[in-house]
Amino acid sequence: MSANHDGANLLEVRGLTKIFGTLTACDHVDLNIAKGEIHALLGENGAGKSTLVKMLFGSLEPNSGEIFWNGQAVRIPSPGVAKKLGIGMVFQHFSLFEALTAAENIALSLDDGSPIGSIAAKARALSYSYGLPLDPESLVGDLSVGERQRIEIIRCLLQTPQLIILDEPTSVLTPQEADKLFETLERLRAEGKSILYISHRLEEVKRICDRATVLRHGKVVGHCNPREETAASLARMMVGSEVKSVVRAPAEGIETAQPLLEIRGLNRKPATPFSIPLKNIRLDVRAGEVIGIAGVAGNGQGEFFESVSGEVLQQDATSVRIRGKDAGGLTITGRRLLGAAFVPEERLGHGAAPRMKLSENLLLSRHATDGKAFVGTGGMVKSGAVYAASQRIIEAMDVRKSAPDPEAAALSGGNLQKFIVGRELDRRPSVMVVNQPTWGVDAGAAAHIRQALIELSRSGSAVLVISQDLDELFEISDAIAVMHNGVLSEPMPIAEATFEKVGLLMGGAEPGHAEHTLETA
Amino acid sequence: MDITVNILLTIATAATPLLIAAIGELVVERSGVLNLGVEGMMVMGAVGGFGAGYLTGSPWIGLLAAVVVGALFSLLFAVMTLSLATNQVATGLSLTLLGLGLSGMMGTRFVGQPGVRLPNLDIPGLSSIPVVGKLLFGQDPVFYISIALTAAVMWFLFKTRTGLTLRSIGDSHTSAHALGIKVIRYRYLAVIFGGACAGLAGGHLSLVYTPQWVENMSAGRGWIALALVVFASWRPWRVLAGAYIFGAVWIGQLHAQAFGIPVPSQMLSSLPYLATVVVLVLISRNKRLTMMNTPASLGQPFVPDR
Repeated sequence: MSANHDGANLLEVRGLTKIFGTLTACDHVDLNIAKGEIHALLGENGAGKSTLVKMLFGSLEPNSGEIFWNGQAVRIPSPGVAKKLGIGMVFQHFSLFEALTAAENIALSLDDGSPIGSIAAKARALSYSYGLPLDPESLVGDLSVGERQRIEIIRCLLQTPQLIILDEPTSVLTPQEADKLFETLERLRAEGKSILYISHRLEEVKRICDRATVLRHGKVVGHCNPREETAASLARMMVGSEVKSVVRAPAEGIETAQPLLEIRGLNRKPATPFSIPLKNIRLDVRAGEVIGIAGVAGNGQGEFFESVSGEVLQQDATSVRIRGKDAGGLTITGRRLLGAAFVPEERLGHGAAPRMKLSENLLLSRHATDGKAFVGTGGMVKSGAVYAASQRIIEAMDVRKSAPDPEAAALSGGNLQKFIVGRELDRRPSVMVVNQPTWGVDAGAAAHIRQALIELSRSGSAVLVISQDLDELFEISDAIAVMHNGVLSEPMPIAEATFEKVGLLMGGAEPGHAEHTLETA
Repeated sequence: MDITVNILLTIATAATPLLIAAIGELVVERSGVLNLGVEGMMVMGAVGGFGAGYLTGSPWIGLLAAVVVGALFSLLFAVMTLSLATNQVATGLSLTLLGLGLSGMMGTRFVGQPGVRLPNLDIPGLSSIPVVGKLLFGQDPVFYISIALTAAVMWFLFKTRTGLTLRSIGDSHTSAHALGIKVIRYRYLAVIFGGACAGLAGGHLSLVYTPQWVENMSAGRGWIALALVVFASWRPWRVLAGAYIFGAVWIGQLHAQAFGIPVPSQMLSSLPYLATVVVLVLISRNKRLTMMNTPASLGQPFVPDR
């Protein structure tokens, strides 16, 4: 099992620097990857991990620095050159073509001119030998995210690379699918291949990686053997300071509390051929509790959020009830007026207008519900009041910014997310629905947002959180329900929930048959 | 019998320029580029083809010139939208306006001049077979080119690796770039191919359909070709079907008007458009197939970050 450290370095990077405008995304980064090792690249969002691997794969050109491949200085001006050298990459945001079949997707990345028919057979054989079964004829648009990732991996393996770069590979997988992936990676290591593994999930890095390089603000801040570290010490290296842990006081008297958000028989037909229908969803969120909805991306969470928030109206007005009133036929503003608040998944362009100031963004979402506070007689905006409110939110949520009232796009992802969540919290909503509250947010900001959501619920509101991040849901939820293929499971009280149980539901196992499935898997 | 054959022949002649221009635009759009300049490239091809034919006396040189002029004119669009990443809709519209104006200016000395016409195919023995002979072996050369072109594009897009690559670029240029595919180069070639086709279609107008030069002689056919591509959901055989339905109803309503049917002529003139849209919408009802064939990155400029 132990990695072969005797061999020479497969890849050496010296002083690699990449500058975007005024931001130095990578600042004199050094990196060594030995033959036959799994090397972790750790860092928070925005630490420069993706920029670094894009330079290694030829999608970005460095401003300065050198790359050595098998001891030879090389230039990698394009992904084609990287592939010729023997560098393969599995992307975080998949680079697949949805309208093409799996086999066609694979064929596109092979330059040997082999006919498409033979690629399908080769892909099928290779996929089964690595335990990643794949139907080459299926259309990518119809596949789950986990299956798509298999295509990416098979596509990468078919090129027989020496170095495989995996960018956040497990963020879209169920825990069981992730286990499968780790087996594959260990097998590749045993074959002498090197793997550069990018992740912010410290437990899995400790589990499979031989060495780690830690990046912070574009600079290498340390090397370590992850097996000798604790998750807390790795987190400290990444963040540069202690991360406050989230405190969740036990919820009291929930059993007798009023349900503030009731969803009954919520159905929705697929809007596009590739979207998921919602099937008879039923859920109560009571005052004082946080309910988490887990699920692999693309199982209907987006469709569910749109239906609950009123971006899409329901036929049946009783299918969504807010504080005891039928809201299924109401628009977002109508539902907000009943005391609900919503935070969508996408920050830029959906949660906030990128080129508008924070105060203007505040007015955009709240002018209808807080008309008296922000809009005066004759429809004149009270800019003073709006500005004061935005400053109050900025202070409450500890939003770090470069100007008093910057444009939304000028904030980092984590800070903008804090502002957007804070904007809704500021209204003290009695129902709060959040989709992916901390996606792509650094650890410090994530802890802040999670704590704020828990405190909102404890002050008597109903909080519903949709997230792909299981750690997060276990941290903040009082009960977890799982969405799979448009169907929502019964919420499981947090005391009974385990990663394994939730993971099986995420993979589509029937609740009653969960253990049976485990035996046969 | 003869009348039927003649009607069928005129239908083919009316459909051919639409088919050629639409097939060219289909390849362009499959690569993810929306070129709204078809009308302009077509009319430039028409004036170039007529001029070269008139000056040299050879309709074949005229036809070749039409292709070259169309391709060169599309190169202007390619440089603007692909190398300089301008807005494709605005650039395409201005290409049409430029083409209409420029062709009118270039063509002033050709107005009223007798042109040259491409001779119809005449294979001794075969072409004189009753009915079938004229339809299969006695039409103008561009008709045969148009059918061969449709078959070739179908084969290219769905059976060859290069065709697959082209479709993948239309689906997602960022993914294609990440795989190391040369997005801009493919798109250049696709746009130039589309320009050459539009030029050829224009050449057919001024060297076969009505062998003379009239300002604005493309008369909206470029727009019809553009619409055909969309309504045919980017599939070659449907473009062929659409072009012929349009041609058939067009010719049919002309005959009906000549016959003096008591229906306003404006109504009859609108029939080809209505019929084509209705038929193509009906055969494109399968949402899933349409989705699969729609180039998802259509009209988006591609600027790789470096």
